[in-house]
Amino acid sequence: MHGRWGGIALLFIGLTLLAGCSKKVRVFNDDDGFPDNLSAWGLFVGKAADLKPNEGVVPYDLNTPLFSDYATKRRFIWMPPGTAAAYRPDDVFDFPVGSILSKSFSYPGKGLIETRLLVRTKNGWFGLPYVWNASQTDATLQMAADPVRVNYNNVEFDYTIPNANQCKGCHEKAKTMVPLGPKARNLNRDLAYADGRANELAHWTQIGYLKGAPAIAQVPRAAVWNDASQSLDARAMAYLDVNCAHCHNPQGPANTSGLYLTYGQADPLRLGFSKVPVSAGKASGDLFYDVVAGHPEQSILVHRMESTEPKILMPELGRSLVHKEGVALIREWIRSKGRS
Amino acid sequence: MPRSTLLLILPLLTLAACARKPGQVVSGPEFQKSFQEALIEAKPGAVIELPEGKQDVTGTFSLTVDNVTIRGKGMDRTILSFKNQKTGSAGLLVTSNQFTIEDVGFEDTKGDGIKINGATGVTIRRVRTEWTGGPNEKNGSYGLYPVQCKDVLIEDSVVRGAADAGFYVGQSKNIIVRRNRAEGNVAGIEIENSEYADVYQNTATQNTGGILVFNLPDLPVKGGQFTRVFDNQVVNNNQDNFAPKGNMVATVPAGTGVIVMSTNHIEVFKNTIKNNQTTNVSILSYLTTGKPLNDKGYDPFTEAIYVHDNTIAGGGAAPVGPLATALVPAFGKPLPAILYDGVVDPSKLTKGHLPDDARICVQRNGDAAFANYDAAGGAKHMDRTMAHYDCALPALTAVTIPAGGPGSAGGQ
Repeated sequence: MHGRWGGIALLFIGLTLLAGCSKKVRVFNDDDGFPDNLSAWGLFVGKAADLKPNEGVVPYDLNTPLFSDYATKRRFIWMPPGTAAAYRPDDVFDFPVGSILSKSFSYPGKGLIETRLLVRTKNGWFGLPYVWNASQTDATLQMAADPVRVNYNNVEFDYTIPNANQCKGCHEKAKTMVPLGPKARNLNRDLAYADGRANELAHWTQIGYLKGAPAIAQVPRAAVWNDASQSLDARAMAYLDVNCAHCHNPQGPANTSGLYLTYGQADPLRLGFSKVPVSAGKASGDLFYDVVAGHPEQSILVHRMESTEPKILMPELGRSLVHKEGVALIREWIRSKGRS
Repeated sequence: MPRSTLLLILPLLTLAACARKPGQVVSGPEFQKSFQEALIEAKPGAVIELPEGKQDVTGTFSLTVDNVTIRGKGMDRTILSFKNQKTGSAGLLVTSNQFTIEDVGFEDTKGDGIKINGATGVTIRRVRTEWTGGPNEKNGSYGLYPVQCKDVLIEDSVVRGAADAGFYVGQSKNIIVRRNRAEGNVAGIEIENSEYADVYQNTATQNTGGILVFNLPDLPVKGGQFTRVFDNQVVNNNQDNFAPKGNMVATVPAGTGVIVMSTNHIEVFKNTIKNNQTTNVSILSYLTTGKPLNDKGYDPFTEAIYVHDNTIAGGGAAPVGPLATALVPAFGKPLPAILYDGVVDPSKLTKGHLPDDARICVQRNGDAAFANYDAAGGAKHMDRTMAHYDCALPALTAVTIPAGGPGSAGGQ
């Protein structure tokens, strides 16, 4: 059992005490139950809201991240001592049992909203949404949390915290829960660590978190979506890969659509060019094709990225605002296809 | 036991004692949260009972646990109203096997009513999904929507107002759709890219098109075949098409009874098909729709179709749509009750004829008129001689759903 939620004082006190005397990261599993408080995992030390990583907890970043309503996201990874992830060139790494991935969402002025943990037990991956309290001292596990009112750049909106089932809505491949971000192409970049700048994969290898990685020059690298010095094609593909392909792949939840947007997809029809929508319903916006080369304004793909209406908007989950810069990129990319 | 574990368990026990029972779904403001929590925490074999009353909900529910039954108090007594839905698309999204839902009404979902994706074992019984404002382009697409599923039973259910298809079974296998009512949708019942389906004893009325059996391109699962459509009432399907433009069903003309398109081994028999004002039965190829075709793995030809022993009357008197109206000068009104576009796969012809087992056969449909309007040949070889199509094909076998699957659990 992973417990009933709701801040019960006794529990809260118990876990605070626990956090106070615990020095190391603790592993929990689904058989014995996951803790109600984020602090129980011991991922962070010092003041909770600072997210200061405990020993062995390593920050990471991605070349092109998923858009999440302009939230600031901080990612960390931890693996049990003596274990390592196995490198894979194209897919997410094979992480050892006990691995913890942590992603925290915050806004300036609002502070931390939620920390999502993805933990690997012997039974597979589990998604655990922890919601931060108002005083920012800890976060509690809420399997079906209420939305949170957020003001970002003077726009008020309901920030949706995915429930535990919705985690699977994206983190699913062939019906098995998987992480999405930590793939070679996304981690192949430099990051400022406490002891200096380094390539993330090189760093993971050096500290024993990754085995089997080839020389960095041989590792694929996804483009940085907003780095104009990189090719438009590569940036658009990186963006679609991260923002869409978790569902839109042959084994993903949107495989029924026939629209596949994984990095490296070369078939124009699979990318949506001149592809008729099948079950889009009103989300088609009276347009006839997923993508019309040269015409973003005639492309259902753009129409759905620009919408905030349930049923029309894509991605279906985790977005209430329009990612204007992302839309601009995809518009430019579609426009460029009319010039070839 | 370590102290930390004790500390954890103690308060949890306390909490359990004073809160609602785990898995209990309560009426009122806590309905949404309690139902979603019950869905998340359900163990295989669980029955989630929904209380009577109209519940106002704002987001999609989802289920990922196998072998769960959701049971309300009746499709008009336990009502989930999504009028104020803010997030998600469907009303309920299911991705787990051996799923049963019974006696619930879903109203005004933004997207589909109930979508079941990739499941083996689906039972939908006495469920209603409805858009209460009547036909409207802004209604959700599908009412009851199993896709890429196996062993599907949908019975005694009602869908009204879907802007695409009321009952839509897509890319699935082994399907029974029986004793349902499809009313005021664009397509009443649609079997698409699916194989081995029995569609019987349903009523499809006041839709744009009554019952559609389709194969469409650009989908991962193609090659649907072997569907029986029998003992249905397909009457007065004359609703103006209200599907959004770009949608496939937007091309279905109002006043269509049964459509069979780009599929093989379909038997349409013993139905009552009446007063559908464009045409009662239409057999055609995707190629005739004029839609683009880029999918090389798609077979657009319609073969081995057997239409027999139907009661067909009225209809054809007020045809709409470019295809049907173009036929009026040749045939006058009413249009023939059974229209066939005559599009055949040239590679299969011997001396101009399809092999016997791929023929279109039309027999014993009372005095219903028939026409092959030769869409591919520019209408040069129209053929109204029913004797040319007076043939029989072997009866298709009934669909059976494995024991221990859906239908065996609960509510018999």
